[in-house]
Amino acid sequence: MSSFGHIPAPHEGYTNMKIRLNGDDYITKAASTVSELLVELNINPMRVAVELNMVIVKKAEYGSAALKDGDNVEVVNFVGGG
Amino acid sequence: MESASTDKLIINGVEFKSRLWVGTGKYKDFEETKKAIEASGADMVTVAVRRVNIFDSKSPNLLDYIDPKIYKILPNTAGCYNVEDALRYARLGREAGISDFVKLEVIGDDKTLFPDVCGLLKATEILAKEGFIVLPYSTDDLIVAQRLVNAGAAAVMPLGAPIGSGLGIRNPYNIKIILETVKGVPIIVDAGVGTASDAAIAMELGCDAVLINTGIAGAAEPIMMAAAMKHAVIAGRFAYKAGRIQRRLYASASSPFDGML
Repeated sequence: MSSFGHIPAPHEGYTNMKIRLNGDDYITKAASTVSELLVELNINPMRVAVELNMVIVKKAEYGSAALKDGDNVEVVNFVGGG
Repeated sequence: MESASTDKLIINGVEFKSRLWVGTGKYKDFEETKKAIEASGADMVTVAVRRVNIFDSKSPNLLDYIDPKIYKILPNTAGCYNVEDALRYARLGREAGISDFVKLEVIGDDKTLFPDVCGLLKATEILAKEGFIVLPYSTDDLIVAQRLVNAGAAAVMPLGAPIGSGLGIRNPYNIKIILETVKGVPIIVDAGVGTASDAAIAMELGCDAVLINTGIAGAAEPIMMAAAMKHAVIAGRFAYKAGRIQRRLYASASSPFDGML
C-alpha cells in the first residue's frame, strides 16, 4: 500500500480530495488545482506533462485547471529510452 | 574537400551537428548516460515518456544530466502497441518537452519489437496533421517507407535489425533500395547497430544518420563505444561521399611495373 493511502486529519485549508494519481489513490492536502498539486508533490512543472481525465492540460492552464473528487491525474516526465 | 561542418543533416529547418543520434536507455546511471552522450558527439537524444515517481520527487531527473539547452530531446512512443497509445504518448511528450519532434513507435509484437506498420501509418498521418515532425521507426520495406512519406513523415527510420539485438544491418540491399527510391526525407537507420562497423556500413550505404542506444549503453565500456560510434559514423559518411572502389575478384597491383629491375 502506498504511503499516500492514509487520510490526513481534516484541517482547515486542506482540500482532502481523493483522486487517482499515476494509477494510485491519492488524498490531496492543500491542492485544488493542477498547479497546486505539483507544488504539493514538489514537482518542477517545466519538466512534466499533465493529463486530467485523459485530456492534456497545457502548462499555461495549470493554475486554472481545478481538481475535483475522483479525478484521474497522470503526471509524466522523460526517462531514459531509445 | 567537403568537411563534416559543411555536410549537415537538416530536418524541417533544424540543423544537427552530428549524424549519430543516441538513446538514453539502459545505462548504469545518469552520470554514465551523460558521459557516453558527450563522447558520442550526438546532439539528438531520444527519451521515453513515463510516469513521474511521485513518491520520490527528489530522485534525480534525466534532464538534470542531459541539458535541453544543449541537446535536442526526442521523445519516443516506445512501449505503445496501438495507435491510440502512440498518439497519447506523442502528445504528452510534446507537452513535456519543447519541440514537435517525435520518434514514433507502434510496436506489433513483444518478442521482435517489430513495428505494426499499419498502425504506424495511421499514427503518422494523424500526428503530422497535428503539426508533429514525425520520425517513424519502421521496417526496412520500401513500400512502407513511401507510404510513410505520403502520410507526412519527416524522415523514415528503418530498422537494421530488431531493437537491442546488435545484429547489425541485416538487409543492406533493402536499405539501399529505400535510399535510392525515397527522396526528399532523410533515411535514418534505427535499431540493430551492435558495433562500430555496423554504424559505418549504414552510413556507407548512404543513410543520413544512425540512431543507437543498446549498441552503446550495452557495451562493456559504453563511453569508449560512444566514441567508437562517433568515429564510425563520420568515417562511413566520408566513405559514402568519397565513393568507394568497385569490388573486383582479382588483384590490381598498386605498385608500378615500370622501373622494376
